[in-house]
Amino acid sequence: MTTQTRKSIFNRPEKPYVHPYFGGIVLGIILFLAFFLTGNGLGSSGATSRIDAAIVDAISPSHVDNNPYLLKMAGGDKNPLDDWIVPVFFGALFGGFASGLFNGRLKFMTTKGPHISDRTRWLMAFLGGVIFLYGARLARGCTSGQALSGGATLSAGSWLVMFAIFGGAYGLAYFVRKLWN
Amino acid sequence: MNFPLPEFIVVSASNPWTYVLFGVIGFAFGYVLEMSGFGDSRKLAAQFYFTELTVLKVMFTAIVVAMVLTFGAVGLGILDFSQVWVNPTYLWSGIIGGLIMGVGFIVGGFCPTTSLASASTGKIDGMLFMLGGFVGAALFAETEPLFTHWYNNAGYYGRLTLDQVFNLPIGVVVLLVVLMALFMFWGAEQLERIFGKKDLSREPKLRIAGAGALVALALAVVFIGSPSLEDKYNKLTFTRTETIEQLNADPIVNTITYTADQMLANRLVFVTPAESFKAKYNQSMKPVYLDVRSEADYNLYHIDGAVNVPLERIQEVIPVLLSEPPANTVFIVMSNDETAAVAAWKILAADSVPNVYILEGGINNWIAFFGTDDVSLRPNPNAGDDQLGYFFPAALGNRYESCSPSPIEYEHLEFEAKIKLQLKRDKSGGGCG
Repeated sequence: MTTQTRKSIFNRPEKPYVHPYFGGIVLGIILFLAFFLTGNGLGSSGATSRIDAAIVDAISPSHVDNNPYLLKMAGGDKNPLDDWIVPVFFGALFGGFASGLFNGRLKFMTTKGPHISDRTRWLMAFLGGVIFLYGARLARGCTSGQALSGGATLSAGSWLVMFAIFGGAYGLAYFVRKLWN
Repeated sequence: MNFPLPEFIVVSASNPWTYVLFGVIGFAFGYVLEMSGFGDSRKLAAQFYFTELTVLKVMFTAIVVAMVLTFGAVGLGILDFSQVWVNPTYLWSGIIGGLIMGVGFIVGGFCPTTSLASASTGKIDGMLFMLGGFVGAALFAETEPLFTHWYNNAGYYGRLTLDQVFNLPIGVVVLLVVLMALFMFWGAEQLERIFGKKDLSREPKLRIAGAGALVALALAVVFIGSPSLEDKYNKLTFTRTETIEQLNADPIVNTITYTADQMLANRLVFVTPAESFKAKYNQSMKPVYLDVRSEADYNLYHIDGAVNVPLERIQEVIPVLLSEPPANTVFIVMSNDETAAVAAWKILAADSVPNVYILEGGINNWIAFFGTDDVSLRPNPNAGDDQLGYFFPAALGNRYESCSPSPIEYEHLEFEAKIKLQLKRDKSGGGCG
């Protein structure tokens, strides 16, 4: 695998990742505590949507008034950022950074398959983000909000969403194998 | 102590600690995703070529651990499941959205939260995925009005859990999911051995013990079961404030906590016909009239707009009552007198349906209040408890004049307001949505 290391912000030795089952147990306990203390699970795609709504509301409030979907989040005196998922979103950004810092993984780099250029990878990452979030809003939640949180509370719809995500990815994986292998 | 903590259910500026708590939860979330390797798109994409199934292992371990702990706490009666957000089921938008997400996953190499862990550790592809996410979510907001009806209705089942789908006790579903996950882990390791050329003998032996512990916990959840309706009812508390006016001083405001039985004994949940009627024209609330009498009585006479749910079927509608309505919905249950309505109130309250009240004196009292000038309704002096106290010339349903009193004629009604809106969690922000 080729990775380009341009710059290491802090010269810590890079530590290996934790064992997946251990990571899963810790994540499961965090998810449980979220439900136990607040009644809400984990998530992030809702925050993306809300940040968008806040930006639109700041630039063009009249556009919010003409879009019922945005209106639900940002209409009138509502602040689209006043929602539990927004602090979770920013918390996750800081948490990822902290883990990268302590484990020596803060590097400007591009993670990609061995046979594509950085530019191709960047384009694909951007496109993937557009597609993923469109689907996440359509399904009312992403891998965190639906698959993880809804999976743990045994929501019937969330289990379907989870299988659909894996189905979509496995279905297309063969055709885009050049991106990754 | 009742969990979840009511003061943390809704984020609000009036309680800044809510931001801190959710921020800490998010921090832990991001931290564990990064330390599991999800900042690296190759590790995520490998899932779909069977070389490394870290995504599946982390995700399903987290799901089963959280599930076993959650339903264990629910079974022990320390966590109120009705206050836990369960993603409502929208069959078609869920499936199509899921398939689209799958495409985004394999093309982009991340999912939204993992892209945060990636971007924050300096991965340029993670940052671009995140940026693309903002564009995708904005595109959705712009296009949603084109198919909003389908989006909000197609295959909508409300708060539906797997135990209801399969008609099994929740503990059994928990155990089955744990067994399924363990089978998937076994399969995942075999795939890694075949496609990823991984040496399984170097995997920690401890994982076998972990699997055993998980099954034992799941069995305990089966054994504990769910708390009975009676247990839940006995744990209910309601708060009311009482203002005592003082001479030459600020009034004293007392907050009093009542049990459910005290609420009934003090008549705090009984609303007069006048208040029930006026609720329709009150901007701050949306009343739903639940008529729990038999269909025959309902057909004879019912309040305009009332929904007939016979008492013996009230539990079937609870998922609908819990999942959909806006926070300012007020449920007013009614029977002919009060007996059946009180029974319905107990069931709804025990299942944590918020803002449930009882029509004081029932339909008979309603007719006595609004229908006095309707000569066609003759009192029946021999009616027993909770039976209709009138004779009706025909089963006109809601077409008697008093079924929908004139808001002009009854513009001014005096009553002591009993309805205190308890604004519950903001469901629209739940889950990822």
